[in-house]
Amino acid sequence: MSANRLSAKLKDWHITVIDRDDNHRYQPGFLFMPFGIYSPEQLTKSRRETLSKKVNLVFGEIDRINGDENKVMLTNGQVFDYDYLIIATGVAPRPDQTPGLAEGIESNDAVHEFYSYDGSLALAKKLKNFQGGRVVLNIVEMPIKCPVAPLEFSFLADDYFKTQGIRNKVAMTYSTPLGAAFTQPIAAKAFGATLEEKQIAVEPDFMIMEVNNETNEIVSYDERRIPFDLLISVPVNMGQDFLSRSGLGNELNLVPVDKFTQVSDKYSNVFALGDANNIPASKAGSVAHFEVDVFVENFIQHIAGQEMTHRFDGHANCFIETGGGKAMLIDFNYNVQPLPGKYPYSIIGPMRLLKQTRMNHLGKMAFRWMYWHILMPGRPMPVSAQMSLSGKETELLDHQQLAKVAS
Amino acid sequence: MPTTIIEGHELSVDDEGFLTEYDQWDPQIAEALAQAIDVPLTDEHWKVINFLREDFKAHGATPTLRRVSTEGGVDTKTLFALFPKKPAKKMSYIAGLPKPAGCV
Ligand SMILES: Cc1cc2nc3c(=O)[nH]c(=O)nc-3n(C[C@H](O)[C@H](O)[C@H](O)COP(=O)(O)OP(=O)(O)OC[C@H]3O[C@@H](n4cnc5c(N)ncnc54)[C@H](O)[C@@H]3O)c2cc1C
Repeated sequence: MSANRLSAKLKDWHITVIDRDDNHRYQPGFLFMPFGIYSPEQLTKSRRETLSKKVNLVFGEIDRINGDENKVMLTNGQVFDYDYLIIATGVAPRPDQTPGLAEGIESNDAVHEFYSYDGSLALAKKLKNFQGGRVVLNIVEMPIKCPVAPLEFSFLADDYFKTQGIRNKVAMTYSTPLGAAFTQPIAAKAFGATLEEKQIAVEPDFMIMEVNNETNEIVSYDERRIPFDLLISVPVNMGQDFLSRSGLGNELNLVPVDKFTQVSDKYSNVFALGDANNIPASKAGSVAHFEVDVFVENFIQHIAGQEMTHRFDGHANCFIETGGGKAMLIDFNYNVQPLPGKYPYSIIGPMRLLKQTRMNHLGKMAFRWMYWHILMPGRPMPVSAQMSLSGKETELLDHQQLAKVAS
Repeated sequence: MPTTIIEGHELSVDDEGFLTEYDQWDPQIAEALAQAIDVPLTDEHWKVINFLREDFKAHGATPTLRRVSTEGGVDTKTLFALFPKKPAKKMSYIAGLPKPAGCV
């Protein structure tokens, strides 16, 4: 998306995109594939086709960045020089970071995950023949990309087991390292109520230490044990190892950047966009998209030697599938937590925030189309990059939070 | 902004009693905060608290458990032993820092 936007603006620049292969996966679809809602073919497109013809596309694995000499090295020995570098290598699930988890996914049929294409596909197979038992969802550690996805998974699973006629044979548990169902208080309450309504037990403050594949239990650091017949894990999400190898990553291999302009703390000609950076915003496609809107304007100023005057506000906008053909919507930024109210979408009309509606569900399903046809080509979305307070019930905020909103 | 009186000092705190001003903290206040939540401080606790204070000063955010273990050299299992049940919350409370945001 950045490459497409920039190539339209910077006519005589050379833009090169480096990625591993030509398979661009629509990750939000990994949530739906286990329930047979999307097929694998619907989630994959050619990268070449989503990129402007003016952009040079190279396939290869990045091995290292040399920020002092402005070079990107690939594992196959190719070296690329740059004047400006944009890092957008995302985050990936890392089951190897939790004892027993990678082994479990590999060889214990009761241990699964849906944050990777392969994992999501394997889980679809498993659920098809699932007869019932204890289903435990576990989030290993925050932050994760799309922090609402584990909630959505639980809601959709409840729905799925109902339609299979086995809900009464399934006991569901949602275990999270957070103190509640979500990070932000008002939304956490709404999601907590939805979990309760669907009889999904919550195990808060659960920091997993290991998966025991002998007894089929997860064990926390404070020695709580949760037995399972099916574990659905959301592994630690980490940036790419090569970033830390290159001295550009923190303890999670995320690139430290300025939260308003996404310029690297270390090099003024390096930016990190999307999930790959360490800004205190959700790791979500919507965030990456709003961020790019601001970035492109800033980048044009930056290369002209001017000060970057546009500031990214941490805007995130996420639909949460709640099952039964309904969804909720949240909209928030660095300073304003998700609030109830109305969301003024242009074109399709207002949507309800933090309420389960059919309209929100249609919005979520329409997003896949928008992703391929509007987001990727870099066309303008019917949503503004800056969060708006219009329609939101701000009276729910106390004076401290209101002061933050105003700042 | 609510305040509280600890060791004779009036301190700014948030709704949950976490100090909100970095410079209002000192080791004596830490002892009092630790006592309030039943965590007797040993040298090992101090290693963690000092790391938290320094790292916050350098980076402007309270380090997560992962960061304390990879950069501060105290592993998560030990952190659970030192600050039982809710180490992230307890260690930052005693160190006079906001809870690690960790996650949005
Ligand atoms: C299950 C699930 C559900 C989600 N649902 C939603 C949703 O409903 N709404 C929403 O907004 N977001 C959702 N997301 C999040 C969204 O998919 C991500 O936030 C988004 O894809 C981030 O984009 P990115 O460009 O930063 O990273 P990515 O899309 O992950 O792209 C990173 C790219 O870098 C490449 N790369 C990495 N390392 C190397 C290397 N060493 N060499 C070469 N190439 C490399 C990868 O091949 C990849 O193409 C979901 C994610 C998941 C997993």
